[in-house]
This record gives sequence, C-alpha cells and structure tokens, in this order.
Amino acid sequence: MENGFSSPRSDAFPIGLRVLVVDDDPTWLKILEKMLKKCSYEVTTCCLAREALSLLRERKDGYDIVISDVNMPDMDGFKLLEHVGLEMDLPVIMMSVDGETSRVMKGVQHGACDYLLKPIRMKELRNIWQHVLRKKIQEGRDIEGHDVIEGIHILRNVADRYDDSQFLRGEELFSVRKRKDIDKHEDKDFCDTSSTKKARVVWSVDLHQKFVKAVNQIGFDKVGPKKILDLMNVPWLTRENVASHLQKYRLYLSRLQKENDPKACFVVGMKHTDSCSKDGDGNFGLRSSLAVPQNDVTNSSFSFSGDNFLLQNVDSIGCEVDRKRVVQEHTSEPKRAAARSVPEPIKSRCTQMKFNNSIHSVEPEGKFAAFDPSNRSCYPWVEAPEIKFKQESKPLVHLEGDFNQFPPTVPPHQVQMDPLQSISSISSGRSATEKDIANSIESKPPYSEDCSQQMVHLNLPKTPTDSFSGKAKSFNEMNDHFDPNSTTTAPMGKNQNFNLSCISTDLGSGLPFATIDEDLQGYLLQDGCYPKDLEHQIIQFPDYGDPGIFTEVPTHLYDAMRFGYDYSYDPTEYPVIDEGLFIA
Amino acid sequence: MTRRPRGKKGERGNCGGFGTQIISNYCSRSAIKCVSMEVGLMQRQWVEYTKSLFLEEFLDSQFIELQKLQDEGNPDFIVEVVSLFFEDSERLLNDLTVAFDQPDVDFQKIDGHVHQLKGSSSSIGAQRVKNVCIAMRSFCEEQNIDGCLRCLQQLKQETCLVKNKLENLFRMEQQIVAAGGSIPATELIF
Repeated sequence: MENGFSSPRSDAFPIGLRVLVVDDDPTWLKILEKMLKKCSYEVTTCCLAREALSLLRERKDGYDIVISDVNMPDMDGFKLLEHVGLEMDLPVIMMSVDGETSRVMKGVQHGACDYLLKPIRMKELRNIWQHVLRKKIQEGRDIEGHDVIEGIHILRNVADRYDDSQFLRGEELFSVRKRKDIDKHEDKDFCDTSSTKKARVVWSVDLHQKFVKAVNQIGFDKVGPKKILDLMNVPWLTRENVASHLQKYRLYLSRLQKENDPKACFVVGMKHTDSCSKDGDGNFGLRSSLAVPQNDVTNSSFSFSGDNFLLQNVDSIGCEVDRKRVVQEHTSEPKRAAARSVPEPIKSRCTQMKFNNSIHSVEPEGKFAAFDPSNRSCYPWVEAPEIKFKQESKPLVHLEGDFNQFPPTVPPHQVQMDPLQSISSISSGRSATEKDIANSIESKPPYSEDCSQQMVHLNLPKTPTDSFSGKAKSFNEMNDHFDPNSTTTAPMGKNQNFNLSCISTDLGSGLPFATIDEDLQGYLLQDGCYPKDLEHQIIQFPDYGDPGIFTEVPTHLYDAMRFGYDYSYDPTEYPVIDEGLFIA
Repeated sequence: MTRRPRGKKGERGNCGGFGTQIISNYCSRSAIKCVSMEVGLMQRQWVEYTKSLFLEEFLDSQFIELQKLQDEGNPDFIVEVVSLFFEDSERLLNDLTVAFDQPDVDFQKIDGHVHQLKGSSSSIGAQRVKNVCIAMRSFCEEQNIDGCLRCLQQLKQETCLVKNKLENLFRMEQQIVAAGGSIPATELIF
C-alpha cells in the first residue's frame, strides 16, 4: 500500500486499482470480478475470509481496497473488516443483499467506507477508487501524478455527485473544505495542512503484536501512547501513531464485546464499561479528542447538526417519559405516546436522568458534563452534592485550562473552578482552537504534540477524573458519586442503564434520530471525532439546565443550534457563534 | 432445420453474444434468404420468450446487467454465471432440506442458508426465487416451521422452473447462433 502508486500504472489512476473481493457466493464472485475488470481494475477474488486475510498479510502492499461480503461462513465480514482496518488500514467496502439499517450501521461502525447492496451494479463499482483516494488525501500523501489539490478537486466533483453513500470520511473532507472557505483560506491551506502530516504507518502483524504486548504489559487501565511507545521501542514510530492505533484498538475491543448487541453499539464502551473494567474508554475518548487536532475543524462543523438531534432527543423523551415507564418500555419498544400522561413532578427528575444519560451515551467526556451545575437549580436533589460536584469538576477545569494554553487566544476567565464556567471555557477553548487552526495551520504540529502530552498527563491516575476515565468504570463510579447525596440514589443508577438502552433502541428503530445515527456511528469510527462530542455537551447544557440559564444563552447561539448544519457554514454568522460560545 | 457454417468472419464475434447488435442479423439475412427467414423466426421467438421471462417475473433487470457484461472476450459469461448459480442453489436447497430434518430446527442456520440463496438469486436476477427467499426469511423470524417448509417447496419449484426457462433460452440462442444469426440486445426488446 505504501508503494501502491509508485508503480508505472500509477499515472493512470484509478486504472489498475488493486481490488480484493471476498465473497462466499461463487456467482457473485464471478460477476464482481467481471464488473471490476470492466472498470479496468486489477481483481483478486477469494471465497473465504480467512484466505483473504492471509492474502492481505502475505502481500502487505498488494491491494488498494477490499470489497467484502457481510455474511461468510468462516468469518464474519465485520470481523474481517476489523482486522483489515487494524492491520492494513485499507478501505473496505461491505456488501450484502440485506439492507437493514442496523446492518449497514454495523458495517459503518466497524469501519466500512461504503456499504453496497446486492445486486451491485457497475456504476457503483466504477467509483470505488474514490475511497482509496480519499484515504490517501486524509493521510496527506501525494499520489503520483495527482497532487493533493488536484485530488481534492476530483474528490469534490465525485462527492458532488455522490449521494447517501457518502459516509463520514467524505463529509469530513467536505467540512474541512467548507470551513476553510469560511475562513477565506482556499485549498492551498488544506494542502499545507496535509503535507505537514506525517506519513501513515502500516500496522503490520508484527508491529501490532508488539503493540498488543506493550498494552498488556502496561495494563489496560494505565495504558497511554507514550508508555506503549517506550515499551515497543520502535524508533520511527511516533506517539501520534501509537495514540491513533490505540484508539482504534480500543474501539475494536469494545466492539468485540458487544458483538451481540449491535443496536447499542454507538454507546461504545459506556454500556460495557460495567462489564469490562479493563477497557478504558473514557480515558481514551478524552485522549483522542485532544490527540487529533487536525480534525477539530471538521468536527465543529458536524456538531451543530448533532446538537439539534440531541436537543430534540432529550426534550422529547426526557420530558415525557415516566421513570418507571422508562424501565418498562426500554425492555420493549419505546412508546412515547403512552407516557404523555405523566404527572409534572416526575418530569424534572426524569429530565435530569435523561440528560446524564444522553451525555453518557454520547461520549465518555459526558462524565464531566454530567456535573454541570447548571442543573443544580433545576433539581433540588442535586443541591446537596454540589461540593462533590465541584470537586469532580476540578480536574476538568484543570484539563481545560491546560488545553487552552496552546492556542494563543485564551481568555483568562477560562481557568475557573466554577463548573459552569468550565463549560464556557471548553467552548471558548474550542473555538480558540479552531481559530488557531484556521489562522495558522503551521502551529498545528506542535499543538498536537502538546496535546498528546496533555493526554499522558490525563492518564496519570491521580485525580478523580482519572478514576473514572482512566479505569473506565465511569458508569458505576458516576453513580457512586451521586449516591451519597442524592435522594433518588438507587433508581438513578438503574435508570441510567435503562435510558441507555432506550437511546440505543430508538436508534435502532430509526425514529427521529436517523440522521444522527450516521453522525454517531461516524465518530466511533473516526479518529478524532470526539471533539464533536465535547461540543455536543457544550451546547446541550443550557438546554438541559435551568430555564433561567437557558434564556441567558444568546439568541444567536440558540439559533445556531436550531438551524444547525447549514448555519454553521455561514461565513458571516460563524464568528457570532464563537462569540456566543464565549458568552455562554 | 438447415444448418450452415457461419457466414462472414466478422460475425463470429457476435456468437453467443447477448448484448450484440441487431445489425449483424441483417447481414446474415441478406446472405441466404431461406436461412435468414428461419433465423428471423427464431429471433422473434427468442424475443417473445425473453419478454415472457421478464413479464412473468422469472427474471429481473439484473439479468440484463449480466447480458451487458458479456463480451467477446467471454462469450459464455452468462451461461457460466447461471450454472454457478444452479450449482450453488442446489447445494443450499440440500442444506435446507437437511436442516429441516433435524429434530431441533435451527432457524438461525436456516435463515443463513436462505440469506445466501437470496444473495445468489439476486446475482442472476432470479426474481421469483428471491421473492420466495424473502417470504421464507420472515417465516424463519416467526419460527414458523410450516411456513418455512411451504417456502422450501416453493423454492425448489421456482429454482427448477427458472432453470428450465433459462435452459430453453440458452438453447434457442445456440440455435440462432448455429443458424448464423445473432442474439438481439435484450435492452432493445423493451
């Protein structure tokens, strides 16, 4: 793959694209081979997933893209996808005759760059090279005869034509571009950004084994990229490489764990942290958000649409559903209409609990957010643990403070103990980060460097934060922290769990969150999509909290949330949003 | 039926070709009148037969896709693909029959087989087989053995039917080609 385009045929890209097709159905194998050959691609077929894997391992750089069936007798297509993603980092297209949303979602969650429905047509295969190119561009690698700018133009053209099969990888690039346009930085900047990025590391089996060995040696709860890097002792490997791989690896592990529960997939780790105390998702989510500053820009553009979803989601369910009903309903199907008769008093508690959960399910970072004191006034029982909360929030503020040191434009008020302020500090910090990235792209590498130091710092099991995020028992511990002070102690814990399943069921049934599904599943796959979630929370807070606080939110911010995606692209309005975040 | 050696060398490439031009008909027709009339008749019959296969939903547009794929480099492509399908479907139908003979019917396993059959029937556009697969999978979900068994019968029947139909079609094509004609493009039929 590294040398994939250095061969003579590279000037004719995508002609000669090397495609590995895996399908246990001989008929389809033959048809696909024919179709791909008609596209002038170089085709290798095999009917067993294991065989495919060994082919891929034998010839590391022998293929550009893999097309794999979902159902295969010897190995689940999703598992193959995991392996290919982890070891070869090749784009994988899944295909199936089964177009159920949950299946497609599972594919995308496992890292598929596309999901084709059988019968597959030529016109769908003709364009698969775009996944290869997209990956190349993402990695900031020049393809011979196509410099990156050209690549982006091609991509843009393709993407304009491309409809729903446009997955996050594409959208990410899109957003980057649009954001760039806003900042009146044309593609040139993008090019600069990409070229400053380091060459991609191919995680060979050996390298991966070294990595796994190091992880096991350190122990899951304490693991951090720096430590792994030291233990692996591979001179050319950077901490960023390891961090990114660690992130993938954790996702991989947590997915393995919930293989039987695909609907809950997007709650990665949160649900499963209970059962697997080894897996440090919380820790990792935080790290990744810091570790991949390059994606910050992208994620910021996503976040608005995402916010909309979360707001609606929580509003509609949270306010209407009786706690007890939550328990019942989530074992079956969510029927909101049935719960509308719920008396008022329960409402607030319910909302609170929902709030927490929605954040939990969204991201480990939600743990911090859950301590948002803006809830205090709303929910009497939260009053008592206020001190506790502050204590919990300390590390957050601390973290954000550090975080904010990198961008030059950090307002001093950010590093404050009041958790409410800490929220604003997150937002302003984030926007500062964005500005930073937008204005001076050159400053990025050091920034990411710093960030990763930051993560390491986070990993040290000193602070209470680390005790949840690091040890990934966030769920239980969260409840524990609530328990001593809360009047609704026991049910709280239960409900949180139930709500989780509520959200996941809703997702599965594809109700109003259909669009978000994509967002959510997307960030699970994507390195560095996590900052988005940070932002989810930021913008959520006012809404969940005290109505008083809510009204304090500047109207333009609120509008931004409502108008969502498009709005955030508006070049004139965007600065206002930033401002709004500062004020909030 | 009179058989004659193939006409012009140029026509050779069209032998067995599905997606080829009608224009070569013209050549063969003009060559020898009595043969051409026969070829023309056979071609009309072929067209009618193909139409009926689509109208009766034995085949769907995927079959046309396959015809488009067939080219001079691989004139037997469709025949190969179709025979692969029938081998595979035979295996799957056997597996299914065996699975239903077990004391404890494993619906998950059955669903897996049916899913595979659905996939491969979609590959050649065997629409009716595919539709029965869809029905059978919902019976599987309900764990309805009777429904499943009925579907299995239907599957066997439909597979057999479409197999016969396709064999007929291929035979007609062979005859047309043997008579020096060529196969009209299916797309032009509709």
